Amino acid sequence: MSQLHAALRAIVGPEACLTRAEELYVYEADGLTVHSARPSAVVLPADTDQVARVVRACRAHGVPFVPRGAGTGLSGGAVAADDGVIIECSRMDRVLQISGDDRLAVVQPGVVNADLSKAVAHTGLFYAPDPSSQLACTLGGNVAENSGGPHTLKYGTTTNHVLALEMVLPDGEVVRLGSRSGHAPGFDLVGAVVGGEGTLGIVTEITVRLVPVPESVETLLGIFPDVVSACRAVGAITKSGLVPAALEIVDRRTIEAVEASVYAAGLPTDAGAVLIVELDGPEAGVARQVERVREFALSHGARVEVARDEAERQRFWRARKGAFGAMGRLAPDLYVHDAVVPRAKLPEILERVCEIGDRYRLRLCNVFHAGDGNLHPNICFDRRDADELARVVAAGEEILRTCVEAGGVISGEHGIGTEKREYMPLLFGEADLDAMARLRESFDPERVCNPGKVFPSTRFCVESNPKARGYDRVPL
Amino acid sequence: MSETPAVTPELAALHPGTLDCVHCGMCLSSCPTYRETGRESSSPRGRIYLMRGVAEGAIPLGDVTAEELHLCLGCRACETACPSGVAYGELLERGRAAVADAGLRNGLVGRLERFALRHVVPHRGRLRALVDLTAIAQRLGLTRFIPPARLLPRVPARSTRARLPREFAAQGERRGRVALFEGCIMAELFADVNRATARVLARNGFAVVVPPAQGCCGALQAHAGDPKTAKRLEAHNAAVFEGGDFAAIVSNSAGCGAHQRPHDARVRDVCELLDEAGLRVPTGRLPLRVCYDDPCHLLHGQGVGDAPRRLLRAIDGVELVDHADPGSCCGAAGTYNVVQPEMSRAVLARKLDALAAADPDVIVTGNPGCLMQLRAGARERGLRAEVLHPVELLDRAYGA
Repeated sequence: MSQLHAALRAIVGPEACLTRAEELYVYEADGLTVHSARPSAVVLPADTDQVARVVRACRAHGVPFVPRGAGTGLSGGAVAADDGVIIECSRMDRVLQISGDDRLAVVQPGVVNADLSKAVAHTGLFYAPDPSSQLACTLGGNVAENSGGPHTLKYGTTTNHVLALEMVLPDGEVVRLGSRSGHAPGFDLVGAVVGGEGTLGIVTEITVRLVPVPESVETLLGIFPDVVSACRAVGAITKSGLVPAALEIVDRRTIEAVEASVYAAGLPTDAGAVLIVELDGPEAGVARQVERVREFALSHGARVEVARDEAERQRFWRARKGAFGAMGRLAPDLYVHDAVVPRAKLPEILERVCEIGDRYRLRLCNVFHAGDGNLHPNICFDRRDADELARVVAAGEEILRTCVEAGGVISGEHGIGTEKREYMPLLFGEADLDAMARLRESFDPERVCNPGKVFPSTRFCVESNPKARGYDRVPL
Repeated sequence: MSETPAVTPELAALHPGTLDCVHCGMCLSSCPTYRETGRESSSPRGRIYLMRGVAEGAIPLGDVTAEELHLCLGCRACETACPSGVAYGELLERGRAAVADAGLRNGLVGRLERFALRHVVPHRGRLRALVDLTAIAQRLGLTRFIPPARLLPRVPARSTRARLPREFAAQGERRGRVALFEGCIMAELFADVNRATARVLARNGFAVVVPPAQGCCGALQAHAGDPKTAKRLEAHNAAVFEGGDFAAIVSNSAGCGAHQRPHDARVRDVCELLDEAGLRVPTGRLPLRVCYDDPCHLLHGQGVGDAPRRLLRAIDGVELVDHADPGSCCGAAGTYNVVQPEMSRAVLARKLDALAAADPDVIVTGNPGCLMQLRAGARERGLRAEVLHPVELLDRAYGA
């Protein structure tokens, strides 16, 4: 290892190569504290060339490597398995190009999501995917996890906004995928890499689509007596053909936590649930939509408030997006679950999720993207309490099973990482997993790039020692 | 790291506060040292993780933790970003105290800092003597050979630094009686700002008392990991101000105000008080392009950001212009620009870039450290802007 350390130091410089025990200790977890593993080194490269040389050095020493952005991920994707090296992209944080005419921006992977929209504001454009962690999370991480956010409902996830990529393949080769125009003949390799959870290579430059800031935006709060009636209203709104920019539900416990935090926005603490509806587009259309949404909410037993000005609208969103962290007020740890169910099943599934939480004697809050059926049951716990931790994991599994049985999937936007790899068989058969493994191997035959993620461990018992397999395909 | 390190009661006391952090990372981009280094250990989340690790005995209290806790500016921007309500400033003070107890702050810089904060700054006579010497050195042009001394503003005349009158009479309709907190550095290097503060308060109908026995508030000592000295100074001031016949203790130094507030509910920043009372609009006109830069311990430490802006806008002729990220630290951070010059300069450079782009006539900020740092920075960068405390601009507007 010390030989590799010396090689890494020579590439990135001694001050950008971290090897002291405590420096590595803080890299043992990302946003998910349940799974932790300490890396053998952390490097902070300055450019694509350094990334490529780091990758080649790691490969030469048979040491796996993992890309990392701000470490806000919630599935353990940026944790280094097998004494791996973390390639921390935080210093590659430049916006390289902004083109208002082409409606695109070219950025390095360490650019913070919210900073991009700030940087392009003068063009009247913005970057649409807005994960709740957007004040901190990086675009490189967004690409790896195909991040969504509240506005996914109308604008789509990261994959709908990435035009082209530059990446370092696991053998150190630098390639460019996609095109600035968004039209790339042949297979959609950009589509494969976005959401590849950093297992296919290390993205070093991203060309993203920018969209015009809408002429008018209105945000409403539907204040409901309970979560289930809020879910029913969501069903009615989407069935009507309306496409709101966002449809978010925040339950009572979450409201209490947020209102006690710096992100307090005056959400009513007496409500069973609040539905946040955002409508955007040309002014005339939006005004009509606001009235229709108001009617749907009223007829489902809600009272309705409309954000009076931009400042209040921003406060509502800060409250919604600060919800995860605000739950830290309730317990030292938080497990943010992520699963998707068909929208029509939301009322029924939510009742079952709450029942599961109660049965395992856990404090469970719900704050979620109701418009696309993406649930985020949040469980507050203390990881030092082994019994409670076991109940958290068991409840999480039961929630996932429930969602899959209802026709849903095991992740909407947080990725599989280490967190859900063992649950992949709930959703995918042998043939599916095999197809995914073939794709992955075509990029990374030696499995040195972010190993131990996505695929179930039982299936790839050889993964910890990839060389034992050689390059040939063997029946799995 | 195979042995479990010993956890002393002081280290264990760090623990409860660290548990409020759920590791969400929302603080990262608000942290100037993380933005500069990109290192997790230089981020609030990383520092809290280190403190928790030390308190739980998972890692020993060693060089990395000591270095990272002292590389922190203590700006508390992370508290404004933290949804979970981690009391980071308090954790940092405890962490630094633990570092000092463990003997990990005994290098030359650490010893000099401790000595100055214990034996010079809180003693008015000694501080005055040092400032007198500085004035002589400045006249002889010697300060340019001492890098930290280059940060100091031109020392006000000795007559300005003389003790303030014990009382200033309210002008016009009387709106109340307040005590002025003079501070240590403010009273010497910014004596003119203290006088302007008293004048502006009087202009606004406040009778101002200046208790002569008051002293240093202890903020710098607490930040440097010397809670014992800080507590001694706090107790002294508590006795001086106890039961006085005034509705508020007015501070014009954000760092002092933020430190005193938790101990005394009467503490108000001068801008906050004037804004709450309703500023008597100055009749004079100052046709100036002004950038307001938030002192961290006013915005993040006391939650006061709109009040000073409203006051400045009330001055006829003032055009208040935004610059990028006014709420991020300028790198002054108490003694930081002296003990961590390299990081301080990097943080300052970003601030100066933003200010240069906005190209104001005047930069306004309400804290002695920030005033010194921005004056030195503006001079070095060749910015044409003058750097003033908000009350100085108000005082000018009343006189104009």
